[in-house]
Amino acid sequence: MTWPRLWRDPEPKPAYDAVIVGGGGHGLATAYYLAKEHGITNVAVLEKGWLGGGNTARNTTVIRSNYLWDESAAIYEFSLKLWEGLSRDLNFNVMLSQRGVLNLAHNLHDRREAIRRVHANRLNGIDAEWLDPTAVRAFCPILNIDAGARYPVLGATLQRRGGVARHDAVAWGYARAADARGVDLIQNCAVTGLRRNGGRIAGVETSRGFIKAGKVGIVAAGHNSVLAAMAGIRLPIESHPLQALVSEPIKPVLDCVVMSNAVHVYVSQSDKGELVMGAGIDGFNSYAQRGSFPVIEAQMGAVIALFPIFSRLRMMRSWGGIVDVCPDASPIIGKLPVDGLYLNGGWGTGGFKATPGSGFVFAHTIANDAPHPLAAPFSLERFTTGALIDEHGAAAVAH
Amino acid sequence: MLLIACPWCGPRDETEFRCGGEAHIARPKDPDALDDAAWADYLFMRRNPKGRHRERWVHAAGCRRWFNVERDTVSHVITAVYPMGKPPPGEGG
Repeated sequence: MTWPRLWRDPEPKPAYDAVIVGGGGHGLATAYYLAKEHGITNVAVLEKGWLGGGNTARNTTVIRSNYLWDESAAIYEFSLKLWEGLSRDLNFNVMLSQRGVLNLAHNLHDRREAIRRVHANRLNGIDAEWLDPTAVRAFCPILNIDAGARYPVLGATLQRRGGVARHDAVAWGYARAADARGVDLIQNCAVTGLRRNGGRIAGVETSRGFIKAGKVGIVAAGHNSVLAAMAGIRLPIESHPLQALVSEPIKPVLDCVVMSNAVHVYVSQSDKGELVMGAGIDGFNSYAQRGSFPVIEAQMGAVIALFPIFSRLRMMRSWGGIVDVCPDASPIIGKLPVDGLYLNGGWGTGGFKATPGSGFVFAHTIANDAPHPLAAPFSLERFTTGALIDEHGAAAVAH
Repeated sequence: MLLIACPWCGPRDETEFRCGGEAHIARPKDPDALDDAAWADYLFMRRNPKGRHRERWVHAAGCRRWFNVERDTVSHVITAVYPMGKPPPGEGG
């Protein structure tokens, strides 16, 4: 017996109340919450490839909410709370594993920044602890905390509610739940143009013909600049490769997520036993879903210094995703200067953890033609007013 | 990995260079005359093209000089290297 289809494969209708461009986690979540929270079900999600085949399938699945600034803490914590009920809400096991996220401090500045962030998190009602080196070793015994280590560990922040989830299941769960509420999920349908009628959006040109739309939400990650340019809009976004890789599978050895800001690596162990590792972006613009080897080389050097036990592991696969990075490393969620056109992007290297919250507040923004209170600080206008939310280096990991 | 032809040192590995982002963004001649939107455009808005891109690079671990590169952001192929202050190839002065 074959498994049943989880969602329909409909032909695009001539017109929809809302069209979401991009069938990754954020776009699918947006469609789901449009239907569930706002009763807007005449919705299509247009995906040029297959659902969840872009950055949703290419990230390292870390979930946490220990951001420094109030605006970020609010939206990421809202998202984490949605994660905690997501499997039940979607009736689909997203395999959320709240195994704890450690953020290491290697020098005095790291230590001060980390302790400040713990206090800021607690003031925002987010669980956060400071662990001294002995406590770090107790929590993660394989970490090298020797005084003579290349990267000495002076302590770490711990968010116990942080962890990982199954990235594919998140896309599939949202897709199935949105489909069940009437949303059309249309794959192999590339958007090639945005049609305007004066100052208002009229619909989208696609590889499968013109589709009329009352509202259009762009959730295209690395391609957001390309989509916005179709409406003549410039964005403060640049697209970069972000690489990740996995080792051969081994027996359970690492039962938490470990991140290091200063040497820039993050690692966890998947349920299959592979170590999943990521680093920072490649420095140049790219749409190529691949990066340069020296980035991986530097990342592996840091991993082996932190975890000497991993030194003989072979790496099985590496890949790259195209992330859309804002100057302040915070997302843009809101209205664009064309009526009925909205953007949810600029999540850069950290979008996976935000998937539920991002979809929720973006659906609200589209449905009400006004930003959700949690999304309001993340408007495009902040680059004009100067009210940036500078999470570069403040967000517990450098970008 | 990119192999970048520094105009002064010849072809070198990417690791010797730093990418300085989009080229040909001119600093406004009369900054006092700019409104907030014009400042935002100058400071933050970027072309971020898919395809041919012009960007600045510096040979940070070499001669430490800046130059412009024309590179495809999908294939990563470098099609031109030209001096700072010069217009892109084929787009005269």
